[in-house]
Amino acid sequence: MEELANLFQGFAIALQPFNIMVMVLGIVLGVVIGVLPGLGGANGVAILLPLTFSMPPTSAIIMLSCIYWGALFGGAITSILFNIPGEPWSVATTFDGYPMAQQGKAGEALTAAFTSSFVGALFAVVMITLVAPLVASFALRFGPAEKFAVYFLAFCSFVGLSKEPPFKTIAAMMMGFALAAVGLDSITGQLRLTFGFTEMLNGFDFLIAVIGLFGIGEILLTMEEGLSFRGGKAKINLRVVVQTWKELPAYWMTSLRSCLIGCWMGITPAGATPASFMSYGIAKRMSKKGNNFGKGEIEGVVAPETAAHAAGTAALLPMLSLGVPGSPTAAVLLGGLLIWGLQPGPMLFVEQKEFVWGLIASMYLGNLVGLIVVLTCVPIFAAILRIPFSIIAPLILVLCAIGAYSVHSSTFDVILMLVFGVIGYLLKKCNYPLAPLVLAIVLGDKAEEAFRQSLLGSQGSLGIFFSNALVSTIMILGLIALFWSVIQQGYTRLRGATA
Amino acid sequence: MKRSAEFALATMAALYAGAMAAPALAAWEPVRPVEFIVPAGTGGGADQMARTIQGIVTKHNLMKQPMVVINKSGGAGGEGFLDLKASGGNPHKIIITLSNLFTTPLATGIPFSWKDLTPVAMLALDEFVLWVNAEQPFKTTKDFIAAVKAAPAGTMKMGGTGSKQEDQIITVAIEKAAGVRFTYIPYKGGGEVAVQLVGNHVESTVNNPIEAVAQWRGGKLRPLCVFDAKPMAYDEPIADGKSWKDIPSCKSQGLDIEYLMLRGIFMSPRATKDQVEYYVDLFKKVRATPEWLDFMKSGAFNTTFLTGADYAKWVEIEEKRHETLMKDAGFLATGN
Repeated sequence: MEELANLFQGFAIALQPFNIMVMVLGIVLGVVIGVLPGLGGANGVAILLPLTFSMPPTSAIIMLSCIYWGALFGGAITSILFNIPGEPWSVATTFDGYPMAQQGKAGEALTAAFTSSFVGALFAVVMITLVAPLVASFALRFGPAEKFAVYFLAFCSFVGLSKEPPFKTIAAMMMGFALAAVGLDSITGQLRLTFGFTEMLNGFDFLIAVIGLFGIGEILLTMEEGLSFRGGKAKINLRVVVQTWKELPAYWMTSLRSCLIGCWMGITPAGATPASFMSYGIAKRMSKKGNNFGKGEIEGVVAPETAAHAAGTAALLPMLSLGVPGSPTAAVLLGGLLIWGLQPGPMLFVEQKEFVWGLIASMYLGNLVGLIVVLTCVPIFAAILRIPFSIIAPLILVLCAIGAYSVHSSTFDVILMLVFGVIGYLLKKCNYPLAPLVLAIVLGDKAEEAFRQSLLGSQGSLGIFFSNALVSTIMILGLIALFWSVIQQGYTRLRGATA
Repeated sequence: MKRSAEFALATMAALYAGAMAAPALAAWEPVRPVEFIVPAGTGGGADQMARTIQGIVTKHNLMKQPMVVINKSGGAGGEGFLDLKASGGNPHKIIITLSNLFTTPLATGIPFSWKDLTPVAMLALDEFVLWVNAEQPFKTTKDFIAAVKAAPAGTMKMGGTGSKQEDQIITVAIEKAAGVRFTYIPYKGGGEVAVQLVGNHVESTVNNPIEAVAQWRGGKLRPLCVFDAKPMAYDEPIADGKSWKDIPSCKSQGLDIEYLMLRGIFMSPRATKDQVEYYVDLFKKVRATPEWLDFMKSGAFNTTFLTGADYAKWVEIEEKRHETLMKDAGFLATGN
């Protein structure tokens, strides 16, 4: 009950006119940041951080966290409209969001994405409100072995998704692992696969690969198909929002499952990206319409967006209570907290009640404000697709180039992006799936690091992945997900035999 | 909006007039935004310091041009150093360093040395403390070392930031000084390392004060000793009535190891004297602000400030020391 009283006090703080103004401003800035591929929430928050130094800490963190929400919302927009994920966790949204836009259902896809984001975030905030201390201690149980198990589960729940031959999937994934291995080997501190090029020190950044593979690759494909942009029929009135809302409750199971996956991934802290992939993979398995996934199924938008947003929100909890950021953006926010003289950690909830509950209250309100802002803009976003391709394509190209440049402020990355664009086009032409490749680039190095840290700790024994109940459970879940189709086939055959 | 623009103009004009009044200090001034490179990821110690400085500069209007913090963390910071090395004659780029100024070129063999850059100032030195989980029975350094000795070699895990960098150098030094063996496990960031210790996934760490202070205050971690010649200066109680000052030096506990990490500023090659002086003056102003003093206190920093030849000399000695330390530990890149 004390929590509730604190929360209402927090609402009183967040509802001060100045704070509401700051909230709306933050959301709008955040959406803009999210739309620009490459700029990303972390960079955006870092750039805008100094703006907030002259504000009281509570207003400042409200503004920054609203930029964060805005960026989470905004990331979905370009994924759906142009197949360019603005953020790593929006990649899975493109799988069904972009086909929907091509079928003239951009409005529906955007509404579904925004609404699911809101639901996911709300679920996570409620969880933070009610069980914050309990959940924080759960995060402490995650060492390297547990983290690897989570990544393993993310990979496994995704394998076998594509309809392409399994060897093509494996080839694409291996290519992703190879790209992820370039740069500094964080365990030995040595450079590898850089071939003496200093530009390669940083490895292949995921964002540059994705902007190229998806964005540029898509433009090349459209050019080949005669410059026709198939989203032209998009309905552009607000009624589409209400119509989509009527449809959404049917997917409550998917939403709930995605919320749980998202919260879990956010706290551990594996982050929003594995959450969105895992949630998409599992939704595809569980859904009756699973075979339609990838062709423009609204459920395929609901699942990753809900999970990504739940994870993004839940990631703030370990930051506040442990001082460990659950995402790069949270890391920058953490820096901000320190500058305002707030020390994140176990004592923050005790010593800085006004700040913590003000922030939590602003999560509720910020998300609500964000939802209203982006939903009213759905028709405008959808209308972008009516612009003829010959005009919009150069604009997208410029946007992609700026995005790629802004990741590391390096012109080499722009060239790299174009190279990835050509690779993406060729892979698509040869029917190699891009999703496993992207998944491996995003999580490959993290999974490798956790794997090697675990083995260092266990002195080389693989037994560490089954050394306690938590890690064994996750590993076994992963194995089940990996061999699911085999198990299913065996089961059907067994039933066939007995019948 | 208009009002605030006017206000900003007025302050800038006032500042300009102020600067004019002191021509000796304002012989050179930035005419473009200054890029402040951080050769490490967001959220780490160097990044926090750079962003604090950026905040102070913005808040107190210490510079007419904006200061932009850019993280170039690739290749253990090599990306940032090489970027600065390649920007010779561009006075609008400065970099904050950590020990990777020495360790990265030595461990990876990338073509870079601090001598390629222009030294500006040492802002502070970061301390290292030996930490254990508060649930563990070890109350003193001696207890802990005895326990490591008693355990089979390599079963005690030491967590640290990065590979072949400061944390691992200290670990190797402890192994040598005490005749013990740890298994060193590298993580991405210092905050993560501290939490791994709280979760009992490693047995000890050598976190910087700022990385672990929150967990100490929360009663989750226990400091054993500080790797400095004498205890730290800050006597404000942090946890259980103990302050930073109450942590004994490792030397007094039988571990004769001293290690401090440079938090200093360099600028691009071929900078003129005026340009260096401008930045030295800027950082002097930064150091005088209450925000900076608070930041120093929260991280229990050693606030030594050096510039010019003293600074260059300090860096040179430190580079030699790192070379020896890394050579002894077998961390040098093949071909060096």
